[in-house]
Amino acid sequence: MQDNNSNHIIVEDQPLEIAGKNFTNRFLLGTGKFKNKQEIADSIRSSGTQIVTVALRRIDLEQSSESILPYIPKDVIILTNTSGARTAQEAVRIARLAKESGCGNWVKIEVINDSKYLLPDNHETIKATEILASEGFVVLPYIIPDLYTARALVKAGAATIMPLASLIGSNQGLKAKEFIKILIEEIDIPIIVDAGIGAPSQAAETMEMGADAVLVNTAVATSADPALAAKAFSLAIKAGRLAYLSRLPKQKDIADASSPLTGFLFEAS
Amino acid sequence: MLSMKMIINGQEKDFEPSLSLENLIDSLSQNKAHVIAELNGNIIKSSEWVRTTVAEGDKIELVTFVGGG
Repeated sequence: MQDNNSNHIIVEDQPLEIAGKNFTNRFLLGTGKFKNKQEIADSIRSSGTQIVTVALRRIDLEQSSESILPYIPKDVIILTNTSGARTAQEAVRIARLAKESGCGNWVKIEVINDSKYLLPDNHETIKATEILASEGFVVLPYIIPDLYTARALVKAGAATIMPLASLIGSNQGLKAKEFIKILIEEIDIPIIVDAGIGAPSQAAETMEMGADAVLVNTAVATSADPALAAKAFSLAIKAGRLAYLSRLPKQKDIADASSPLTGFLFEAS
Repeated sequence: MLSMKMIINGQEKDFEPSLSLENLIDSLSQNKAHVIAELNGNIIKSSEWVRTTVAEGDKIELVTFVGGG
């Protein structure tokens, strides 16, 4: 559908709703690994992201350290991750500390106790979600895509499910595609694909299959031009969303001509 | 007693006695905005720092927000 005086396509899409808040942008940005804080601010602006993740760390007692928060616009949701937590209890402690800062009660639960693959511990994540959801936190748990875990998280009060696409920071793309597809099919709360998305084409593919949003950090932060990469991801995610809404046809094993196969001009009458 | 020892972020530090949490954080010359404090495992609201006295052997955690994915 087109409006009368421009090429703007009017898209009938619902905003992404999480905990009663509506988001028109389906790109979430992680703020780790950037060379400096200004690059984070520039990437937030260029991408139009409405949710960014941050982490909590001990302050450096030897030198004055500056919080990242002044670089994040006030209208952007701060989603504190619990990175560094190895157990549910540690994740709960980090979430409570973050809430104390007064910048909201949104928490991405990330419980990791394997240092080689950095895979999240689904079992501990369920335990932390139960506790924090019951305390009124908006809980976005990060998991290895698994249907039973996702169902337990829904029951525990999670606001979304964040399955990993591939190993964190690996840029390998949608290695877990078939398992994420099952979550998209079976789980009624938003599915935000997180970790391992290394290129806009991979983000678009993720959205085409029906994911509700995508979180990217490493691929943006470690590119040569983070603000440009952030914009590329944001556009790819929009394109992927539109493609999903358009209900693309299925793949076929044989050719199917695009031009009519009758009425050739050299046909005998 | 001329000084008292406390564990701040896992490091042993010496401070003058009868210090408030507010004084202590100031003495570490930190930018206090967005610092969150935990005293012996309990979160202390920043509005309470001035009224909170720290003592020998206390364990204090001071954290803030950094970039993260």
